Amino acid sequence: MNGACTAAEAHCEYVLRLADTSLVAGQRLAEWLGHGPTLEEDLALANIALDLFGQARLLLTLAGRIEGCARDEDALAFGRDAAEFRNVALAEQPNGDFAQTIVRQVMLDAWQLETYSSLVASADTELAAIAQKAVKECRYHWRYSSGWLVRLGDGTGESHRRASAALQALWRFTDELRVADELDARMAACGIGPEPAVVNARWQERLAGVLEAARLTVPAHQHYPWHGKRGVHTEALTHLLATLQYLPRLYPGVSW
Amino acid sequence: MSEPARPAVRLRERAVWRTLATVMDPEIPAVSVVDLGIVRHVRAGPDARVHVGITPTYSGCPATEVIVSAIRTALDGAGHGEVVLETVLSPPWSSRWLSAAGRRRLEAFGIAVERVPGLVPRCPRCASRDVERVSEFGSTPCKAHYRCRTCLEPFDTFKCI
Repeated sequence: MNGACTAAEAHCEYVLRLADTSLVAGQRLAEWLGHGPTLEEDLALANIALDLFGQARLLLTLAGRIEGCARDEDALAFGRDAAEFRNVALAEQPNGDFAQTIVRQVMLDAWQLETYSSLVASADTELAAIAQKAVKECRYHWRYSSGWLVRLGDGTGESHRRASAALQALWRFTDELRVADELDARMAACGIGPEPAVVNARWQERLAGVLEAARLTVPAHQHYPWHGKRGVHTEALTHLLATLQYLPRLYPGVSW
Repeated sequence: MSEPARPAVRLRERAVWRTLATVMDPEIPAVSVVDLGIVRHVRAGPDARVHVGITPTYSGCPATEVIVSAIRTALDGAGHGEVVLETVLSPPWSSRWLSAAGRRRLEAFGIAVERVPGLVPRCPRCASRDVERVSEFGSTPCKAHYRCRTCLEPFDTFKCI
């Protein structure tokens, strides 16, 4: 994001970060449909995915309105290529085993929960209204994912080993959740976005608490070369979008 | 608006509310959209149009669009004139908005209601409080899944959110 972009461009870009993170995380969870370890977990993951899609729809519609180029939620979800997506790269990481999905969700749920908790006071009243709704849902999601992380981490030797391996594998993607860039700072300065330092501190506190309860240790800092928020993604997003966008790209404007 | 027009406006709003009370939730046909608390306002303005505010229960509830179209069909069918449907997001829907009648109808339909977070619901079949939660999620976004330890039947519970 360069400083030369207009206020509307920056605003739209910021809303897309939130929207795309929900959309991509929801699509990943939806991949569990029919493959969950038990029927209850299958239903739970699908329900969380549904909430995330609902948030994404509201946010994409808002982003399209701010952009002012007549792109609706569908045009934004199905018509953009990977480099135009602004989700954090953590959201696009493959499901792996159940432990990896849960570790990814714990990190994302905590980030969304703290971000939306702050956004309820956003100067953008439409964004604040969406945040008020999302924060209740995220609280519910957090209860689920953090509950499972404790059961896995503090469970059997095998479940602990898997949760620990997932944490090691995914930790490098959390830099992007913690480190604010110029756009985050700009949005905070104009009252639209939350104060990054506050979200970061609360996120760390929340994570530290659940990792301790799960008898897992916070991994050492790892170099992070991806910037999903600025459109620099891992290969995983391309594959995800191929599935997500296949039908509307093959049959533009299709409906049934 | 001039004073004498008020009673007519109120009557019109009340008639719209009565029609809305006949529109059932597509996934839980025991309760109406009014019972669920998703109709936030009915305002008949001086411009001859009636504005109806609707809020979704959950952001991703797939029934929302079906509900909106059912409301549209019912209001048009009842001849309420030009009706404008508006989406209201704030304040967000809460299960506290479920009406007392709605709660009774849900229980009679076999769906328990979580009144306070943490307080276990009563089994809708045998009224036992000896129940266990199977999952925080259920067959629709607004429900969790429980099992009764007394009559051994599984049942849905309206989540407290």
